[in-house]
Amino acid sequence: MNMDASATLLSSGSGGRGLHRFANPGRFLRLSGKVLPWLAAFALVLTLIGLGWGLFFAPADWQQGDAVRIMYIHVPAAWLASSGYLGLAICSVLSLVWRHPLADLAAMEIGPVGAGATFLCLATGSLWGKPMWGAWWVWDARLTSVLVLFFLYLGHIALVRAFDSPERGARAGAILALVGVVNLPIIKFSVDWWNTLHQPASISFTGSPTMYVGMLWPLLFSALGMTFGFAAIVVARTRAGVMERRIRGLLLARAQQEAGARLEAAAS
Amino acid sequence: MMTRKRRRLIVLLVCGLGLGSAAGLSLWALSSDVAFFTSPTELVQHPPGPDRVFRLGGLVEAGSVKRGDAGGKPTASFRVTDGAATVAVNFVGLLPDLFREGQGIVALGSLAPDGSFRAQEVLAKHDETYMPKEVAEALKKSGHWNPEKGAPPPASTWNTMAVPAKDAKADDTKAGG
Repeated sequence: MNMDASATLLSSGSGGRGLHRFANPGRFLRLSGKVLPWLAAFALVLTLIGLGWGLFFAPADWQQGDAVRIMYIHVPAAWLASSGYLGLAICSVLSLVWRHPLADLAAMEIGPVGAGATFLCLATGSLWGKPMWGAWWVWDARLTSVLVLFFLYLGHIALVRAFDSPERGARAGAILALVGVVNLPIIKFSVDWWNTLHQPASISFTGSPTMYVGMLWPLLFSALGMTFGFAAIVVARTRAGVMERRIRGLLLARAQQEAGARLEAAAS
Repeated sequence: MMTRKRRRLIVLLVCGLGLGSAAGLSLWALSSDVAFFTSPTELVQHPPGPDRVFRLGGLVEAGSVKRGDAGGKPTASFRVTDGAATVAVNFVGLLPDLFREGQGIVALGSLAPDGSFRAQEVLAKHDETYMPKEVAEALKKSGHWNPEKGAPPPASTWNTMAVPAKDAKADDTKAGG
């Protein structure tokens, strides 16, 4: 299968140097083309069920009232902000250690989507904080560390695009992403290690969720749907990135060929 | 080829270890600054200077809230406790909606000469429990929980509790689930 993909790529690329590196992206394009519609469909259906259930049918909280419904967007966005960054970090390791070209492209495309999720988390959190806590924003450890996560995403977005050579940009971005990983445990445990205004987690792997089951189900549906949505957007963007890079390679190869022919003509 | 990859992996792991421990040590050293508020116990043990502005956090003690009126502005005095120590708080202004006895709060202000806390701002800190009104009522009625006295009972005792069929919305949820 691998041989197949590289053969078709090589033949279409008129034997340009370095094109063999896109052997795996070629396989990725075929595989992701089949998976993407399913990802998008699951994302749409599950998110609609989760949000519809959460916003209209789930019970209101005994003391927060209907304001608690912001949770069905805020919590999935927060989970995705962190897990998206974890995905970025994994791509960075693959890129730095194994020089996987697809990992570079995926990292580049996770950045803006993760930044979007982090922004959604911060914005909905702010809208939730004002009526409940009495403040749009406070500088406690949880909120501050998530803001740092947002800036890390923005820094990564800028850095990977700041170099003429995409490989150097990818390497610089990967180092930044890995340095930023230190922030992930800080975000997760900030509410347990220090006094914060933000409450600790309601859902954990060890204990019983401190949330009524009628609120938990829509939250899980919404979180699952938004996770599929995140994955679908990243896959679609990475596909576009692979194709863009392939086109650039083909154009470059053709330009070099034409330049070579012109030189030959001039010499004779 | 294999050795170069392995070398890069080792360099990465060593860098990560160094960075992780550096970050861990600095956060540990700064932990008192990272904390958003001071608890009444910490306040009693290490009282700050008279005019130092800081945040005090704890639960509003049951039966301690007295609301008043000073020249058209609402006032409130209450005690904040963490179980071990208690501090009296005075506040002029609007309290957040979630303010009640037994609720967590974080107040910004400074110590008055008499040792009470003069708050400029009071924020409500709700806990990580989410339950419908019917469940809260049922817990209160059965005597398992008095919200004014503190945290609700363990989640496993109520998070799948059947809700009395009074509320139409709660019924919809059960049908959907």
